[in-house]
Amino acid sequence: MVMPAPSTPDAASRPGDLVVARPEGLYCPPGDFYIDPWRPVERAVITHAHSDHARVGHRHYLAHTDSAGTLRTRLGAEINLQTLAYGEALDHHGVRVSLHPAGHVLGSAQVRLELGGRVWVASGDYKTEADGTCAPFEPVRCDAFITESTFGLPIYRWPTQAALCAEIDAWWRSNAETGRASVLFCYAFGKAQRILHGVDASIGPLIVHGAVEPLNAVYRTAGVALPPTLHASDPRVDAQLLRRALVLAPPSAQGTPWMKRFGDCADAFASGWMQLRGTRRRRGVDRGFVMSDHADWPGLQSAIRGTGAERVLVTHGSVAVLVRWLSEQGLDAQAFKTEYGDEDVADKAAEGVVSETSP
Amino acid sequence: MKAFAALYRELDASTSSLAKQAALQRYLRVVPPQDAAWAVYFLAGGKPRQLVPTKLLRTLAQEAAGLPEWLFDESYEAVGDLAETIALLLPPPTQWHERGLAEWVEQQLLPLRKAPPEQVAAALRLQWQQLAPDERFVYFKLITGGFRVGVSRLQVTQALAAVGGIDAKSVAQRLMGYTHLGGQPTADDYAALIAPEHAGEQARETSGQPYPFFLAHPFNLALEAFDAALGPPADWLVEWKWDGIRAQLVKRAGQVWLWSRGEELVTDRYPELAAMGAMLPDGTVLDGEIVVWRDGRVQPFAELQKRIGRKTLGTKLLRELPVVLLAYDLLEWQARDLRAQPQVERRALLDALLADAPHPSLVASPVLVADHWEDFARQRESARAMGVEGMMLKQRGAQYGVGRTKDVGTWWKWKIAPLSIDAVLIYAQRGHGRRASLYSDYTFAVWDGAPGEPERKLVPFAKAYSGLTDAEMARVDAVIRKTTVESFGPVRSVRPTLVFELGFEGIARSPRHKSGIAVRFPRMLRWREDKTIADADTLQTLAALLPG
Repeated sequence: MVMPAPSTPDAASRPGDLVVARPEGLYCPPGDFYIDPWRPVERAVITHAHSDHARVGHRHYLAHTDSAGTLRTRLGAEINLQTLAYGEALDHHGVRVSLHPAGHVLGSAQVRLELGGRVWVASGDYKTEADGTCAPFEPVRCDAFITESTFGLPIYRWPTQAALCAEIDAWWRSNAETGRASVLFCYAFGKAQRILHGVDASIGPLIVHGAVEPLNAVYRTAGVALPPTLHASDPRVDAQLLRRALVLAPPSAQGTPWMKRFGDCADAFASGWMQLRGTRRRRGVDRGFVMSDHADWPGLQSAIRGTGAERVLVTHGSVAVLVRWLSEQGLDAQAFKTEYGDEDVADKAAEGVVSETSP
Repeated sequence: MKAFAALYRELDASTSSLAKQAALQRYLRVVPPQDAAWAVYFLAGGKPRQLVPTKLLRTLAQEAAGLPEWLFDESYEAVGDLAETIALLLPPPTQWHERGLAEWVEQQLLPLRKAPPEQVAAALRLQWQQLAPDERFVYFKLITGGFRVGVSRLQVTQALAAVGGIDAKSVAQRLMGYTHLGGQPTADDYAALIAPEHAGEQARETSGQPYPFFLAHPFNLALEAFDAALGPPADWLVEWKWDGIRAQLVKRAGQVWLWSRGEELVTDRYPELAAMGAMLPDGTVLDGEIVVWRDGRVQPFAELQKRIGRKTLGTKLLRELPVVLLAYDLLEWQARDLRAQPQVERRALLDALLADAPHPSLVASPVLVADHWEDFARQRESARAMGVEGMMLKQRGAQYGVGRTKDVGTWWKWKIAPLSIDAVLIYAQRGHGRRASLYSDYTFAVWDGAPGEPERKLVPFAKAYSGLTDAEMARVDAVIRKTTVESFGPVRSVRPTLVFELGFEGIARSPRHKSGIAVRFPRMLRWREDKTIADADTLQTLAALLPG
């Protein structure tokens, strides 16, 4: 983000800080472990299983119980992983560590650290509205709060989950009525399951890309109610069925030969970036649904306020904007440099908005 | 307003021209005619004059959103569009309305233009409290005068023709002048657009209406392919392609109208052409190009631009930058519509007219002659020295068609290859609309000294924002973010690493530019990933391209 004002103060660590920024990642000095480090370390606490937060090569992993399946699938079955339930605590070098729901995806957690009466919370990625597919975000009282800022501009305000699902249903229904498949591009982990959980499955069959189905299985195992889904290559999937189907596929499937089987279909893209007309048009789909697993601007504000923290450390996204805004609100706000994609472009590329290949 | 906002959404979201056409027709069939009148006006490119000063609008929106100015600016930068930014930032509506588009425009929007600031502020606040988010976007687009949507005038014409059950050419004719600046279309105007055709329907003798312009198609074949594609040169009327402003001069009932291709009435801008037109007989319409003409030759477009920008035309300016109409077609003569006549017959009548009524501000665009296409190609080599863009090839039998069509004859534009130079990207700015949030608008520089010269510097000389694919642009954007040195508002200076081949149509000396040189229509021909910045061209190589 461009800052018209003096440059953002990077968090110079202060004596007694429970988390500091190191080249390997966010580090807890008294506990001697990292949170979502991007370089291999001895001990890593993982907030959630998205690939920019959970990386390979650490000696010990600690994560929420519901992240275990995804972490082992993505990082290897042999990783040395310890899990905790929400609210359950362990003690490491005198630091009390516990995990609390972040509402981002299944198993996503805020990490609460307590030492000598001081409490710090690292939130990873979070979303404040409950969506029924993972434990909803819980504000945790703390002295210092580490927040993301992916959508840290007031232009980002999400529709409610109900309004969003109603929009998707209406689009799907009208395509089904004209006999066209509805292909909706979305993240395979998190968004796909939210959509499956939220849409009106009576409109037609639900068909998923090969990248989506394994994650559906993880969600179902964790007890999340998802309607029945068919794999796109299932022999039962024929032209007749496709005409009324909602197809969920990762953004990388757009424009590939895999799409040919759907013939003349309607396509759409689900992402928080779809809030902007420019990104919607650049994406080149018929419809853009505004759907994110990150907090919108009001969500960030309420989450930060809800912690009661006087000190706020801002990571990846609109860092400079949020730091300045929070400082003007009287909070002690600073930037934390991370490699979760600290520029908006990295996040957009990750969300598939910046096309990697020419259309 | 709700229906119009929904139509906008549909047109904006769709990438299919069939779907757009269906949406347009559906809309026109259900809305009241007074709303359709305004919808057609906006969709066909009409714009009201700016209704509220941008600064005032920004201030009010920022207040209503409860944001500090810097955060409003940050938001605007990310969105890249003022109307959209405001629509996204305002608090949700608190009221409801049932007013249609015409009522909104005539009773709510247009009165804003002359109202004092306090009254504007009160009116705006009341208005946006009633509008849903997608209505707000369209509403602010109308207020800022930036309304644009992805339908062509031709698509609007076709939709009207379908709704009225009439020929699209008649609709195109009726639409001429419909969208002029500050126009106020009524239900009757709309009814007239789609009314059944009747004989001699244009009260042509007294109207200032021009004809829809006939447009050329690009022609880029290799010379060897000309005979096969075009047949012998004898079948074609060949002229220079002038670099000026396409215009129609209409003389009827003792009055003169000069129309630019953008359908703007520009009579007042060119008093010498108005005076020339007054000498022509009634019932005459000329088609040609407005150019600055000195010493018997056309001057660079940059000279014409100096006149375009001026509010008042002093005698000094008129003396130094005299314009002429380079006439190449006669569309109406003795009140008769000649457009169905073959090209050569219209040209013969034009030549006769020019011989009968000589005037210093009326110059014939010469017909070029050669026996073989090779000869034309040789003549075309002097195009750059003559200050023209290439050649026009017009079928001798061509009627004067409507728009970019080939159904009744064809015009080709055979342009010369652009000049090109390798330049270094030094500044980048975020784009607008589809490219909002992407660094897509670039400033380019060349060296002020030869390779090896110590302390040579990069001197900016051109801005360009077109020519890259989306994928290339995304990659360039990523490099810009990584190599940023400084940010000034929306602009970033970068450590120079990227070299592009820039193409441009013309080049002229310019004291207003740091480099001393101005280029016309600069665009990126390709990204030279094979070159380092030391390989980029110099001011000297650029200057060597200057004519004369």
